[in-house]
Formats: sequence, C-alpha cells, structure tokens
Amino acid sequence: MNKTIVSLAALATAVWGSAASAEKIKFEYWYGLSGDLGETLKETCNRFNAAQDTYEISCVGYDGYELVVQSAIAAFRAGKAPTILQSFDAGTADLMMSGEFYPVQKMMADFQIEIDWDNYFPGIKNYYSSSKGELFSMPFNSSTAVMYYNVADLEKAGVKAPETWEDFEAALKAVKAADPARCAFGYEPSVWIDLEQFSAIHNIGIATNNNGYDGMDTQFNYNSTLHVKHMENIQRWVTEGLAEVKVAATGATSQDAFAQNVCSFYFGSIASHSSVHLKAVDGLTWDVAMLPIYAGTTRHNSVVGGASLWVLSGKSEDEYRGAAEYMKFLATPESEKWWVAETGYIPVTKTAFDELTTEGFYTASPYKGREVAMQSLTITEPGPLTRGYRLGSMIQTRAEWKSEVEAALAGQKTMQEALDTAVERSNVMLAKFAKTYDGKTLP
Amino acid sequence: MKRAVFNNNWVAAAMVAPQLLIIFVFFYWPTSQALYWAFTLEQPWGGGNTWVGFDNFTALLTDDLYWYSVQVSVVYAIGSTVLAIGMALILAVFVDRQLRGFKAYKIGMIWPYAIAAPAVGLAFRFIFNPGAGIMLYFNEVFPGIWDPNSNGAHAMTMVIIAGAWKQVAYNFIFFLAGLQSIPRSLLEAGAMDGARVLRRMRDIQLPLLAPTFFFVLVINITDSFTDSFGIVDTMTNGGPARATNLMVYKIFNDGFQGLDYSGAAAQSIILMLLVVSLTVVQFRYIERKVHYT
Repeated sequence: MNKTIVSLAALATAVWGSAASAEKIKFEYWYGLSGDLGETLKETCNRFNAAQDTYEISCVGYDGYELVVQSAIAAFRAGKAPTILQSFDAGTADLMMSGEFYPVQKMMADFQIEIDWDNYFPGIKNYYSSSKGELFSMPFNSSTAVMYYNVADLEKAGVKAPETWEDFEAALKAVKAADPARCAFGYEPSVWIDLEQFSAIHNIGIATNNNGYDGMDTQFNYNSTLHVKHMENIQRWVTEGLAEVKVAATGATSQDAFAQNVCSFYFGSIASHSSVHLKAVDGLTWDVAMLPIYAGTTRHNSVVGGASLWVLSGKSEDEYRGAAEYMKFLATPESEKWWVAETGYIPVTKTAFDELTTEGFYTASPYKGREVAMQSLTITEPGPLTRGYRLGSMIQTRAEWKSEVEAALAGQKTMQEALDTAVERSNVMLAKFAKTYDGKTLP
Repeated sequence: MKRAVFNNNWVAAAMVAPQLLIIFVFFYWPTSQALYWAFTLEQPWGGGNTWVGFDNFTALLTDDLYWYSVQVSVVYAIGSTVLAIGMALILAVFVDRQLRGFKAYKIGMIWPYAIAAPAVGLAFRFIFNPGAGIMLYFNEVFPGIWDPNSNGAHAMTMVIIAGAWKQVAYNFIFFLAGLQSIPRSLLEAGAMDGARVLRRMRDIQLPLLAPTFFFVLVINITDSFTDSFGIVDTMTNGGPARATNLMVYKIFNDGFQGLDYSGAAAQSIILMLLVVSLTVVQFRYIERKVHYT
C-alpha cells in the first residue's frame, strides 16, 4: 500500500516537474574540466538554476579541452551544438576563423546587460579579444605558470627562492650539495611554460607578425631566441643530474613528485595550487614564486592560461538570453570569489581580487601564495609580444615542440637541431592553416 | 549436391538489406566522405573547403615523419602478429594435448579477448612501470635496463606485448578449434608408426592447421594496423619522440586533436589502401601454400 502511494507521488512529481521545467528556457553548456574541477564547475550550473526560474542550464562535462572541442565540432556540424562551449586557447583559432560564434561583448550589449569590461585585468581581457579589442569569449577559469619550491630543502641548502635562472641553477647545485640523493628539479617538458610563458616574461616573441596577431603569413622563430639557451640549460641540468624528468609514464608527474616531497622544484599552473595542497604529504613545506628570468633582462607580464566561454552561432534568441544571464551570474563578484576559493584559478576582475585581498584571503593557508600569479600577470601592461598568441594549428605545433624536445632529452639530437626541426615542421602547419582559410584574416 | 536457392529475389534482397544498410552507413558513406576530404582542405567548423587535388597526399608522402610512422606500424604489426600467433599456437597445442587442468586454462585463455584495449593498456602500464612494481627491481639491479619513457625500443616492446597479449586469446580459440577438427585417427596412426609428440605436431598437426593459420594471420595483420589505437593511447600517447606513433594513432592525433581533418582523411585513405593491398598479397602468395581439407 505504502509502495503504491510512494510511486504515485513519484509519478506526480515527475509529471509536475517536467511540466514546470517545460516552461523554462533550456540551453546547453559543454565544458572540458574534469575531476574535482569539473564537479565544482557543475556546481556553478546548479547555483545558477537555483538562483532563478526562467532558464535552465544543462551542463555536460568532457574529459579534457581537446575532447570537448572535438565533440562540439562534431555536434556543430550535425546542428546539435551547445550554446556555450568552454574552450582553451589552442583550440580556438579555427573557431575564430570560422566566425561561428557570438562575441560575448556584443551579446551582452545586445541584451542590455551591463558589464564593466574595464574591470577585467588587461592581461586576461586582451588574451580573449580580437586584435581590434573586441572581447570574443567570456574570461572564466584563468591561470598562469608559477614556480613551486620546497621551503625546507632551500633552507637546508642555505639559498633563497631564486629570481633568476642563474640563481636557480645555483640553488639546484646547493640542494644537491646538501643532499646528493635528492631530486632537485622534477622537470616535465611543457610548451606552455617553457616556451610561451618563458617568452612572454622575457618580452620576446615565438613567431613573426607579433605572434600572429598581424597576419596569416606567420612563421615561428623561437629557434633563434633566448628560448634555445634556456632549453639547452634544461637539457644540461638533466645530463648533469641536477634535474630529473618526471612525467606520468615514469610513475609520477612532476607535480606528484613535488607533492610527495621527492623533488625540490616544480613548475606548474597556479590552478594546481589546490591540488598540491590536497596531495601534499605530511611535513611538506612549500611556497610559490614567479618564474625566474635571465639576469640582465627585465620582467614582463606572463600570459594567461586556462579557458574561456564561447557562445556558438545558430541558436535562438531565448537561448542567447539564457547564456547571457548565466555569464552575468558568473561575473558577479560573489560567484567569482566562490569559484576562485573552490579551485586554484585566479580572479579575472579587479573588484574580485581587491575584495579577496581586503578579506584577507591571500594571507592565510591554504590560499596564501596564489597572489603571486596575479603579480606575475600584472607586472607590466601587456604589450605586442605579451598579450598572447594568435596562431593556427596550435595543438599540432605544440605537439611538434614536445616531440622534438623529448627527442633531444633522449639524446637523439642536440637541442638546437630539435628546435630547428620543430620550427620548420610547425611552419608547414601554419602555411596549411593559412591555405585552409585562404583569403581570410584572423580577427 | 543440392543447392538451396531463393526463388523470389525480392525476399533475398529484403533479407540482406539490413546488412547492406549497415555496411553502407558505417563503411561506404564515411569512406566516401574521407575520400572527398582527402582532396580538399576542410575547415573544422564547416564554412567551406578548398579543392587541393593531391596536395594532402604529396605532403604526407614527402614527410619523413609520416614514413617513420609507417615504419613503426609495420614493426608493430610484425611484432605483435608473430608474438600473438606464436603464443596462441603453443598454448593451443598444449590444451589440445589435454594436459592436467586444461579445462580451466581453456577458459582463462579466452578471457583476455573480452577486455577492452584501453583496459589492457592501463594494466600493462602498471606492469611495465619502470618506477614501481617488478620492473623497478630490474632497474635497481641493472640501472637503465628498462626505460620506456625515453627509450623508443622499450616503449615499442611494451606496446607490442600488450597488443599481442590481447590478441592471443582470439587466436587461441581458432587454433584450438582447428586442432580439434583434426581426426584423432591420423594422430593415432602417426603414433603407431613411432612418431613422438613433437614429430606428430610438426608433420601432422601444423600442416593440417594451415587454413586456420592463414585466416588468423590475415585477421592479426589487419587488426594490428587498425585496432592498436586504444593501447597506444593509454600506454604511450605515441611517444617517446614518436617511437610508438602508429598510423592509426597519428590519424586520431592529427584529425581529432589537431583539427587537421583533411590530413587525417588522406592518412585514412592510405591506411585503407595499405591494409587492402596487404590482404590481397596474403591471399595471392600465402594462400597458395594452404591446402584446404
């Protein structure tokens, strides 16, 4: 008897629920964050759905940015694309060229939603804008690269956190001298850190045409910049035992090796700040600092990483209004601060950062240290070489760099040869990209 | 002999229609699309494409690294096929001899085929992890003896073993069935003539197994070219330094991750032609030596 009542009640709720939700305007949002970060992102959708009853956002998670972009493309071609797509920098050149998106700045203006765009940090805003300054996608989860270091190891070795690469090498030697068995530097080849962030903070380009902003006939040129010397140094440190390659395939990534108190240094995204906290073994004392620079150079702003939210074309006005409302919701300082605290990402607006600072967010563990990323991003105003990269086929050209650097580290060729090959092959891809969009220019 | 024939061709057509439809939807249609894309530069988000003739093919065929990928795939195909067939044959012969506990082995040996390739890859990644488990002991005794993260040959060995392990089960079923269809009287006659176990295997069982062997060979070669993706993706991602960048993995990488749809389509066409021609060669030259009983 009871069972019947319960099932009748369930049926009634289901019918009533679907009737109620049928009146809501539904739209989809596909994202590429997975694991804990994905769960947290899903929570923003639940909070949005709970906060109002006109729209219903349905959030679908994918395992990684590459997968979400390729799925969105397949869906788009079949006419079933989501309204909002979370995409990373490397996946967006094709989207920009296709023009199959609704620039957020325009969308917000069309729906008369006031957003103070000047409140966004210039480094972040510029990265997601056209070369003419129109914001294309909504800044959301932003990060930049920092240096993680083991405080106890450096104390034992009697050195301070290095600010230049020269000091960094000295620190590695000091750590080794204090404990020869110690892994001083867990290195993992990362094109994002070793090439893109590195070049930005030294104010050097990686490609002609101001890193691709000024035209489609761009050529990579990082095989003739300070980058070569840097990679040669890393290779030498590996050979001399000052650095050890730590990748997933060796059993522990550089991040794991650092959190398990195996290695003294590790370079990673500030977004990993919370992961390192979660993974850290008992007794690990650590902190973060800005990436070192070479002595005699001036530090410039680092570039933003992470992803942003794109609104795709071909949707109804109602869906666009929903997307605009969701982004307005995300842009409130409350939502932003919640997102920043729950993940390791940095605030994208000055208001949120200032409020967090006054509230003392950055003074206490576990959030202390995250302000370093803000410092790194805002140390100078972004210039032509530090506002970002506007390059086609970026996923493939990044992979070329990685494969070639791996080959050099394995001793198959010198670093110069490796970088020459990577540049040469990447240039073929850039040319092919330009030919695919013959006659068009990057916006 | 009486042949069974349909008098009504419409009934016959209706019977085969579902199968033809499936083949059309999942094979001919995608293949024709790929063929078209291979001669154009396709924009990922739609919005048009440019006809470029054979450009995509010439770009591939003049690319050293593409040939390297072909070379790596051939090494993988030969390595995994030889290993999978060899192991399966030995195991099947022993199960066929009904040694003690063969029933349990028989079931145990069939299981691996039911495991998805990515799961196999993950399991073997643990087994071959140089920093943990059994390989760590070897590395401590002989430093640097096992390093699939920077040594391409080690990585390839690892992928071949994982791929072969999965395929052994499939081959085993066919070999065992083949062995069991050999009339016992032949073996008994051989035994009475004084032939010992190994002699009977070499002179009676293996020649009579030739048709099965041929079938398994064709399937294994084809499979190693087209179905190795899951293992590579979970174990090595094509690395280190492209040492395990098999053709099928490269297609996925360039097309789906790199959004170079046209380049990937051209590679698919080449891979398809390669597999077709290999199969033709096998049928023309190896099948001649096979006697069907």
